[in-house]
Amino acid sequence: MLYIFCPHCGSRSQNEFAYGGDATVKRPELNKEISDQDWDNFVYLRKSPRGKHLELWHHISGCRQWIKVERDTSTHEIFKTYKADELTE
Amino acid sequence: MQKYSVFSLIKNAFSDHQNWEVAWKDPTPKKEYDVIIIGGGGHGLATAYYLAKEHNITNVAIIEKGWIGGGNVGRNTTIIRSNYMHDDNALFSEFGMDLWRKMSQDLNYNVMFSPRGIINLAHSDAQMNAYSRRGNSMRLNGIDAVLLNREEVQKRIPMADFSDNVRFPIFGGLMQPSAGTARHDAVAWGYARQADSMGVDIIQNCEVTGFDVTNGKIVGVRTSRGDIKAKKVGLCVAGSTNILAEMLNMTLPIETHLLQACVSEPVKPLLDHVVTFGAGHFYCSQSDKGEMVMGGDLDGYNSYSQRGNLPTLQHVLTEGIAMFPFLSKLKMLRTWGGIMDMSMDGSPIIDKTHIDGLYLNCGWCYGGFKATPASGWTFAHTIAQDRVHELNAGYSLNRFNTGDLIDEKGLGTKTWIS
Repeated sequence: MLYIFCPHCGSRSQNEFAYGGDATVKRPELNKEISDQDWDNFVYLRKSPRGKHLELWHHISGCRQWIKVERDTSTHEIFKTYKADELTE
Repeated sequence: MQKYSVFSLIKNAFSDHQNWEVAWKDPTPKKEYDVIIIGGGGHGLATAYYLAKEHNITNVAIIEKGWIGGGNVGRNTTIIRSNYMHDDNALFSEFGMDLWRKMSQDLNYNVMFSPRGIINLAHSDAQMNAYSRRGNSMRLNGIDAVLLNREEVQKRIPMADFSDNVRFPIFGGLMQPSAGTARHDAVAWGYARQADSMGVDIIQNCEVTGFDVTNGKIVGVRTSRGDIKAKKVGLCVAGSTNILAEMLNMTLPIETHLLQACVSEPVKPLLDHVVTFGAGHFYCSQSDKGEMVMGGDLDGYNSYSQRGNLPTLQHVLTEGIAMFPFLSKLKMLRTWGGIMDMSMDGSPIIDKTHIDGLYLNCGWCYGGFKATPASGWTFAHTIAQDRVHELNAGYSLNRFNTGDLIDEKGLGTKTWIS
């Protein structure tokens, strides 16, 4: 069982959360000319690192806020959690 | 190579089975090979076998970080099927079914292929319609498919929950009678033994630490047992593809996720088929030892750890009990986890790359085991001829740019919910 520290609610079990994927993927800016290739890369390409991974989780059965979680993908250790709009280190 | 037969069995019985030849050797890596296959799992071993058998390329090494058969080929639920709707998946898998049927003879190794049939249960009229469509698509591609009504399903799996007050009543199901199971370890060992006998070096405990690329061409790999030169290199490392891709400065349409499976204590034979729950994600078959072999959803977050978490297991087994109530009376014998390449459209990639001489075989999601022979066969062709075969032409890497996705489930890029 993962215990995730929600910045709004405190430590809660993973059962309350839904996963939202890689938080480092950046959507291309609106109204900016970009190539099809760049757009495809944004939609499909993922680094999926072994080790530290910054990811989105949705506290769906709690405060319903999206949060960012820094977690190790090989040990499942959670280092730090952030509010969705908080800048990460 | 010593041929396995009833006569060799009797002969070796006289010497207390002490004088069997080793099934494959333990060579030290040579300085150079024509082809290096990275990853000694089912797909890698099959690729080396078909390189030797179909293309006469025998100066081949398989490099494996751990031991052969220790990864996903030894961790799956052994299901073999070709019940796909899209042409690319259907034709590829059906080609594989033919290789499965001949495999034990071909490898002189009993892989215990058991075409016991797979039944996908339907729990609504809409699902029956969808299965009817899928079944018709399968039949158009020459794959056997039978739509079963509720009574026909009940005759085949009377232990399923056919009572009146269930949340997901069984309306019927889609059956592929020629689907089944095989002994997964035997598949790895059979391919390894034949590949070895044709001159392939199987190098275990040898981890790849880097690649040598000169002028856009692969020239060798760096490993924990020294640098090895190679004209061609094939990646067959499902689960660890992103780690190797990073060494090559490649980013792929793949995320690595964790999938669990489990077996119950052994019981007397009661389940003749592979059965999947249609209102969730759960599948079940009974092994020859009598264990109920079960699996379902991914754990649901990026992971490289080969061990799972209990919430997912509980969720999956809740579905199992909804389908087969008797499962609640069984004790759990083992649970385990493996890591999957989850591709962004749910279909695999077997293709050349932008690096000359480097070939990619990845993205099998959790359908890798059944694809073992067809994957090895087409990947060997792609490496040997330096061009894709028509069977794997759809599994291209650039389909994510051209839009020719093979989205069998239509789930989009949320790999963790598939």
